Amino acid sequence: MSALLEVENLAKSYGGVHAVRGVSFALEPGEVVALIGPNGAGKSTCFNMLNGQIRPSAGKVRLDGHDMTGLGPPEVSRLGVGRTFQITATFATMTVRENVQVSLLAQAGRAFSPWRRLAAFAVDRATDLLELVGMAEAAARPAGELAYGDLKRLELAIALATSPRLLLMDEPTAGMAPGERIILMRLMAKLAKEKGIGVLFTEHDMDAVFEHATRVMVLDRGQLIATGTPALIREDATVKAVYLGEGLLYGEPGP
Amino acid sequence: MPLIPTCRIAAGLLLAALTAGQTMAATIKIGEINSYSTLPAFTEPYRKGWQMALDEINKAGGVHGDTLEVISKDDAGKPSDALTAANDLIAGEGVAFLMGGFFSNVGLALADYAKQREVFYLAGEPLTDAMVWQDGNHFTFRLRPSNYMQAAMLAEEAAKLPAKRWATIAPNYEFGQSAVAVFKKLLSAKRPDVEWVGEQWPPQGKLDAGAVVQAIAATEPDAILNVTFGADLVKLVREGQARGLFKDRSVVSFLTGEPEYLDPLKDEAPVGWIVTGYPWYTITTPEHAAFLKAYEDRYHEPPRLGSIVGYTLMKSAAAIIAKAKDTDTESLVEAASGIGLDSPFGPIVFRAADHQSTLGAFVGTTAVKDGKGVMVNTVYKAGGDFLPSEAEAASLRPKD
Amino acid sequence: MSLLLAQFLAGLASAASLFLVASGLSLIFGVTRVVNFAHGAFYMLGAYLAYSLTTHLTGPLGFWLGILAAALLSGIIGGVLEILLLRRIYHAPELFQLLATFGVTLATQDLVILIWGPDDLVGPRAPGLTGALPILGQFLPTYDIFLIVIGPLVLCLLWLLLHRTRFGILLRAATQDREMVGALGVNQKWLFTSVFALGVFLAALGGALQLPRTAVTHGMDLSVIVEVFVVVVIGGLGSVPGAFLAAVLVAELNAFGILIYPAISLVLVFLVMAIVLVVRPYGLLGRREGAARAPLGALLRPWRPLHWVGSLGVAVVLALATLLPFGLGRYGLGVATEILIAILFAGSLQFLMSVGGRASFGHAAYFGLGAYGAALAVKWLGAPMELALLAGPALAILGAALFGWFCVRLSGVYFAMLTLAFAQIVWSIAFQWVTVTGGDNGMLGIWPPRWAARAPTFYWMTLLLTAAVVLGLRHLTFSPFGYALRAAWDSELRAEAQGLRPKRLQWLAFTIAGAVAGLAGALFAFFKGSVFPDAIGIGQSIDGLVMVLLGGVGTVSGAVIGAIAYKAGSIWLLSQTDYSRLVLGLLIVFLVVLFPKGIAGSLQAAWLTIRTRRPKTGPGA
Repeated sequence: MSALLEVENLAKSYGGVHAVRGVSFALEPGEVVALIGPNGAGKSTCFNMLNGQIRPSAGKVRLDGHDMTGLGPPEVSRLGVGRTFQITATFATMTVRENVQVSLLAQAGRAFSPWRRLAAFAVDRATDLLELVGMAEAAARPAGELAYGDLKRLELAIALATSPRLLLMDEPTAGMAPGERIILMRLMAKLAKEKGIGVLFTEHDMDAVFEHATRVMVLDRGQLIATGTPALIREDATVKAVYLGEGLLYGEPGP
Repeated sequence: MPLIPTCRIAAGLLLAALTAGQTMAATIKIGEINSYSTLPAFTEPYRKGWQMALDEINKAGGVHGDTLEVISKDDAGKPSDALTAANDLIAGEGVAFLMGGFFSNVGLALADYAKQREVFYLAGEPLTDAMVWQDGNHFTFRLRPSNYMQAAMLAEEAAKLPAKRWATIAPNYEFGQSAVAVFKKLLSAKRPDVEWVGEQWPPQGKLDAGAVVQAIAATEPDAILNVTFGADLVKLVREGQARGLFKDRSVVSFLTGEPEYLDPLKDEAPVGWIVTGYPWYTITTPEHAAFLKAYEDRYHEPPRLGSIVGYTLMKSAAAIIAKAKDTDTESLVEAASGIGLDSPFGPIVFRAADHQSTLGAFVGTTAVKDGKGVMVNTVYKAGGDFLPSEAEAASLRPKD
Repeated sequence: MSLLLAQFLAGLASAASLFLVASGLSLIFGVTRVVNFAHGAFYMLGAYLAYSLTTHLTGPLGFWLGILAAALLSGIIGGVLEILLLRRIYHAPELFQLLATFGVTLATQDLVILIWGPDDLVGPRAPGLTGALPILGQFLPTYDIFLIVIGPLVLCLLWLLLHRTRFGILLRAATQDREMVGALGVNQKWLFTSVFALGVFLAALGGALQLPRTAVTHGMDLSVIVEVFVVVVIGGLGSVPGAFLAAVLVAELNAFGILIYPAISLVLVFLVMAIVLVVRPYGLLGRREGAARAPLGALLRPWRPLHWVGSLGVAVVLALATLLPFGLGRYGLGVATEILIAILFAGSLQFLMSVGGRASFGHAAYFGLGAYGAALAVKWLGAPMELALLAGPALAILGAALFGWFCVRLSGVYFAMLTLAFAQIVWSIAFQWVTVTGGDNGMLGIWPPRWAARAPTFYWMTLLLTAAVVLGLRHLTFSPFGYALRAAWDSELRAEAQGLRPKRLQWLAFTIAGAVAGLAGALFAFFKGSVFPDAIGIGQSIDGLVMVLLGGVGTVSGAVIGAIAYKAGSIWLLSQTDYSRLVLGLLIVFLVVLFPKGIAGSLQAAWLTIRTRRPKTGPGA
């Protein structure tokens, strides 16, 4: 028996600089795990290694027991990992619906298909996904014109299009209005619960972290310094030290 | 300055429809194509030459009372543009035949067009031997002395030199390649003791002079054959002189005596090179004197070789029309075969066997006089003396 | 040994001018992200001005003053050009600046002939530097020694300028982070202008310093610009030391290449450039640069299939085109056929640009491979036209698949330059493999068979193929493949995260574009009855780009309209004036300034504006 995601001694160094060193953890289906830490702690590097964008210097990443260390993003995606980015990555020159349709292509094996039009491809599924994130109304709008909060929601729909078993979300609510944040985080929690998706996210908004995470991991200077329930982490002395130095834990993100 | 010096203003596409209703039956239209925008140094004097001839012909009453009209097009130095222009002239303007061309590849393309569309084509400048031999055809005639002829003229002089070790410098395209090949063949035939010790093939217009001169010098030749011209020639001369390449060495050079290439060098012109060219200042024949006077009176500048080619080409065209008495292709081809006429260089004949004219060239040595490059000790070499016999030439042509 | 040394020194001397011109280009690119095609024109202008000045200012002092003044004057002209032209189009997508400066280059070629006449001009030699020094038994011209010194000297001066002055620090800051300079409160406009003027000054100085070595001709711009592109790309765009290193490398390659195999000189530098780009995509000393210009995609609002009015329009146009042979004479039909082939070529490039997101600078390679493939099939295999029309695209597909595999790994300017390098390699092969391709004499006698020889028949055949393929490309644009491809360059990050494989998609797109260009080339061979290396030349590649950008890169109709406008315009101009380059160049400049979206793009934008004014308001385009 194995966990959904197993990370073993993951490390990345650039030249002599160790961005991530020896990170190990596991994640079960339906879990919502937050990865927090001050700026430059190595959160994004971790994420990028998990979805194959960066090749780790050492360590192993396994999904459902399959070793996926060193695979590229397309392969990782096909294994069932979805991802959102710190700065949203969507297809700006397409409409909202097309964004989702195009995201469904690879899994359907239609990426190289010259037949028929994309417009007629997987319309229902695309609509369902947009409804899920509350963007169905905007289906015909160009993605390039969306407000940032809407883009974040669209990106979630895109990430869900591949029916991932693991969802990596890099600061899912950054730049959103407070009301929107809550809606998005609740949606995320619901997805994890109902569909058994494992969610790993990073976040600067500590309210969101403590409210929605089932577990919190704290990263500092490339190392995991604490893991536990939100309540535990809130009281952890080491974490406090790290964060108080930055003045971040309960305040707004620093510059 | 007027933007439209010679060409008639016409409404491009509509023209085809309009020309059907032409009323002036007494005009014979001739299509002319050349690289006006690419090679103005040659083609401007060339244009002046044919314009002067055209005016002379029409002032004298035209040909059998018909006025000649030339419609001139630019080919931008590209064969495919030349073909567009040819199609424009034949199908659009309804000209009787084509003349002109400078680059060998343009000439060959036009010759092939002439063959395909069964149009008479009178080529002026293109030098490649293929025009009249390997790729010669029933419809194509050529005025200027070819690569082969110029090589033969120079080889004759080169054979007299004591030099045994030869090196060559030529632009890396068909003209340079065939000039070197023919010269080598002819000189080796005359002088089996000659050794070819080095060759340089700089890209046309991109001669890396210092390196090339150095590389040639390293082969320690007794003599050098040069086929470069234009800016490459200037670079070669300057670097060669600075590096002492030409010291105590004979140089034989294609085209260098043509004012187009010799004039720009001014007092830096090389001395003692054996060259082909056009020394208009030393020619004393009455035919040339008359041409020279008319040209200088009209344009207030000395002629260049382009002027001679343009002038003679136009005169040839008129003579052919006059003899043909008609402007259909077959009559023109028949009239042109073996036709004789007078040029500023003396009488010439378009040989029936290979359609090459016997126009010759001047060979001499270069010198600097009054701060200008000139040719001295010039001799006119009649083209006919440097061509293979008609029977031999005919055997070089494809059977069609 | 002494020979090798002499060869090395000769190479160093040639490197000097190359470096001056290349450093200017590199500086301009580093700061403004403009690939200044007119750089060669300024090199030429510097040489012409120096000729005029040095023949009037005599004496040693006069000569050197003349050289310097020529460069300064050119720099000022460059600055004025930047203010009048480039400032207006910095916001336009990448490549438009290149197109505009290409227009300037065209116009300058004719202007120079108008001002200085058509003859090659030979300026004075440098006073005091006309002799030669014996070095190890070889003579080294003193002017070469001067040039060998000048290169590193200018490098040092530029280094001091960049590292020891406020201007230089701003310059370097702008090269690395343009936003920051804006934030520092520096007047970005004038920074751009002064950099442009400085770059032009260096180019003109490079040209002026050639005066004692060569003749000044109106073709020297094009002969230098390609080589300078090579130098800048090998050295790394934006890097001045890189430009120096690459200039020396290229010049030495030339110098030693001719010792080993004289005929290889044409292809050698491009081979090296291709290898450098494959191994070090950003050049020897270059760094990865984010695009500063809006990418082409910014022009493209979400695609939409044609409105019914548009579909009707297409049907009407096709019907009219079919009827054309009944209204046009043979000449008109010839022009129409040539335009159709241009449409096919432009369409293939447009597909690569708007769907594949990459602007090829060497698309002529596949046009040429198609043309030569057809011609070779006819000449060497005796194939009939029907078969040769397949052989052409087949060869193009092979070439595109091979080169494309390397090219799609790069993007932006580097992609453009690698495609250019490959095209030049193909060109050199066609040009130099005389026994097979006929060299510059080309291959003749590639005429269609009797059934297709009549102008209307050949026209209909071309129309059928062109219409089918262009509609096919359009269909492909809206197919899942088209969207996947589009996704891959809209956001590579996102596409990969969705399991798409961008490189493979782009490789296939590159090959498809190559195949279509190859078909155009094969048709062209039979249309002209011949093939020449021109078909692969830089001119042909640029024609393609101009057609697409002129029409508007954003819509398939853009390629069609651009091809018609450009081809008909240039054929007409060529028949009307000897200064067609001047007119065409100015026209391109005006069109770029007035219609940055291209003709079709502007029409489409106007149409959308009209539609969105109606009650059903949607987001405007």
